[in-house]
Amino acid sequence: MRAHTVMIDGDGGDKVEAYLAEPDGEGPRGGVVVIHHMPGYDRATKEMVRRFAELGYDAVCPNLYWREAPGADPADAAATVRAAGGVPNARLIGDVAGAASYLRGRPTSNGKVGVIGHCSGGRQSVLAACNIDLDAAVDCYGAFVTGTPPDDYPLKVTNLVDQLPQLRAPLLGLFGKEDKFPSPEQVVELDEILTAAGKSHEFHSYDDAGHAFFAVDRPSYRVAAANDGWERIAAFFAAHLGSN
Amino acid sequence: MCTYATVTTEITGSAKGPGGSWFHVTDATVYFDHPVHAMAEHTLNLDLAAPARGPGARVAVELTASAARALVVAIEAALASAPPALLID
Repeated sequence: MRAHTVMIDGDGGDKVEAYLAEPDGEGPRGGVVVIHHMPGYDRATKEMVRRFAELGYDAVCPNLYWREAPGADPADAAATVRAAGGVPNARLIGDVAGAASYLRGRPTSNGKVGVIGHCSGGRQSVLAACNIDLDAAVDCYGAFVTGTPPDDYPLKVTNLVDQLPQLRAPLLGLFGKEDKFPSPEQVVELDEILTAAGKSHEFHSYDDAGHAFFAVDRPSYRVAAANDGWERIAAFFAAHLGSN
Repeated sequence: MCTYATVTTEITGSAKGPGGSWFHVTDATVYFDHPVHAMAEHTLNLDLAAPARGPGARVAVELTASAARALVVAIEAALASAPPALLID
């Protein structure tokens, strides 16, 4: 396996830093775009990128904060972008599209690319799969895919209910039953919307797990849920990205 | 969850930041969301920053909700204890 930093063409043709991990061997194999969470392009996210290479995929994570904070500490970059209003939906879509195109253009590619994100990245994974031609999408406890924030809640984010009928890829959803955002009710709502729209999806909700149960460096980590979740992800990508 | 909520305000003062250097701060960002370091699912996060000096010009604090409220009370108490004549910027 090799892991290193590359520059890819992001939204609008902008050159954007990205972290690439690739298995040994010539392929062909599928690709995975990893969307980092709101705390940024950090060590924990890069560990996940390498794990996808270990699973047999070319995996790349674009630095969504590169434009505002090139070379900055991930936490400082996240704070800068947050203060500036966050990552616009259109730019996120363009950056993920650029990452998918980068993966498909590699000589090792089998042409199939999936996307995965956690927390804010979970919502963005669904957003990307509603707007880009992808072969699989994974949403790990993304808030505000469904659900309506209270009127007095100062959010700069909207749900994706109006976009869900245009979902272009099968969706794997992994959730914690103790999570409040997304709540179990919001997960049911998402399930019902996708079922009504005839969209392929597979959801798993874990007991004794809340938000961020995959995060091994946080008190929210739940080993049983995370281990099972990783197995679900591996099986889902194997089925849809055809790496084997 | 990521709350996405962010409150910003202009400030003026100084903070001791990266490398132990003091610098002039111009902006404060306040939000209740996931911390980077604190061992809690959510914290009140406060950034005192000088954006003109780049992303690294920042002093970051992550407090539990109760700690943040206690800090607000302490700040208000300290301001209230000062003679009003001293509180004119």
